[in-house]
Amino acid sequence: MSPATAAGSQNRALRFFEATIVKKAIVAVTGAVMFGFVTGHLLGNLQVFLGPERINAYSAFLKSNAELLWGARITLLIALFAHIAMTIQLWQIKNAARPVGYVKKNNSHSSLAARTMYYSGPVILAFVIFHLLHLTLGTVHPHYSETDVYANLVYGFLQWPVAVSYIVAVGLLCLHLRHGISSMFQTLGFNHPRHTPRIQAAASVISALFFAGYASIPLAVMTGVVRLSSMSL
Amino acid sequence: MNLTLHVWRQAKASAPGRMERYEAKDVSPDMSFLEMLDVVNEKLIADGKTPITFEHDCREGICGSCGFMINGVAHGPKSGTTVCQLHMRSFKDGDELYLEPWRAKAFPVLKDLMVDRNAFDRIIAAGGYITARTGSAPDGNAIPVPKASSDQAMDAAACIGCGACVAACPNASAALFSGAKISHLGLLPQGQAERERRALRMVAQVKAEQFGNCTNIGECEAVCPKHIPLAVIARMNRDYLKASWKDRGAVKQDESA
Repeated sequence: MSPATAAGSQNRALRFFEATIVKKAIVAVTGAVMFGFVTGHLLGNLQVFLGPERINAYSAFLKSNAELLWGARITLLIALFAHIAMTIQLWQIKNAARPVGYVKKNNSHSSLAARTMYYSGPVILAFVIFHLLHLTLGTVHPHYSETDVYANLVYGFLQWPVAVSYIVAVGLLCLHLRHGISSMFQTLGFNHPRHTPRIQAAASVISALFFAGYASIPLAVMTGVVRLSSMSL
Repeated sequence: MNLTLHVWRQAKASAPGRMERYEAKDVSPDMSFLEMLDVVNEKLIADGKTPITFEHDCREGICGSCGFMINGVAHGPKSGTTVCQLHMRSFKDGDELYLEPWRAKAFPVLKDLMVDRNAFDRIIAAGGYITARTGSAPDGNAIPVPKASSDQAMDAAACIGCGACVAACPNASAALFSGAKISHLGLLPQGQAERERRALRMVAQVKAEQFGNCTNIGECEAVCPKHIPLAVIARMNRDYLKASWKDRGAVKQDESA
């Protein structure tokens, strides 16, 4: 292979990531990975309604398999980083593409979820950081225990500002998902006259169910449905 | 009917512009929007002022020349029409209308409501063609085309290149335009020879023209006077991703040519 060819193929590789379609495809794939996590996390969390033994055993099971746990964590971290990095680049491209804005602009044809992706994203990120400090590392938690996730959750959500901000954050997450779930198909090139409306309907239903599922946990703690046996309410 | 117009006035590409207010009096509801502007311009000329520049040609919605924002909507409030096909009956007496040119870095304002859309021509030149044999006209049915493909290709080919998709897109993306052009040839048997190269080159040209990226938001589809569907963007994404994945040395020879 001549040096010129090598340089050419390197340029091609660079050009591959230069294209906005490729950047957007990376956002879609990493979004799909994180959607997978959000699904598993919800199913895990809902075990709180099955009692402390069940969810604590589930937590112990996750922590017992270090390879799997750290494999998932590293995958998610890479996905999160790539998702954000590509979005920032696309945001810069978009801003450069319209240096002079409109005096009047009507954007009523697109959904609220689609229009607020750039705003819901950073709020979700801020929430994820707080959430990790709160319930994974325990740094900002009042009574953190390494083994009793059930108690962590109950004590955590008994602080009403935490519970309310959690509900707001999962609301924004589900708004983000409502556009993201269907948008990733379009980005990766799948659009079908019969299936695309079904995917969009499914995205609305899934995001509404996810919101109900996630919000039910702080609500259950605040209303006393989920509580500690040692607590007298 | 009487209307108040707020129009973007800009003397030339390099000059700063601003919104100016005009009164359009005794407008007939049967006039087209461009005819209403013609009347406003007649009065401006009679008063010794510079008339409002706007682009127009066929005035029957097939050339793609006319087009500007009316109250923040590309081609105005009526779906599936260009500005020339929009009639004053779509408005009511006393309405205040804001007329602005398409806004995109790739579409510099030349004067008032007229923008330079040569970027679209350069995108077409980059790959919007097929290789056809010369000589006598081929027999009409010599190449079988599946009905579904022919219908979808025709839907995409309806694009008149007016630029409304770019203007309406919050990202100033040209994805609907380039998607329509890539789909319309890519769906037909005659377009298969250059299918991958076309996707690579046209997408690269879109980027070079500094259009924005697509966020699948759907504002373009809503204002497109030809109702080009978002499906063409998915098809472009598919063709591009496939072609750039396969483009590992194969196009090399072609590039040096």
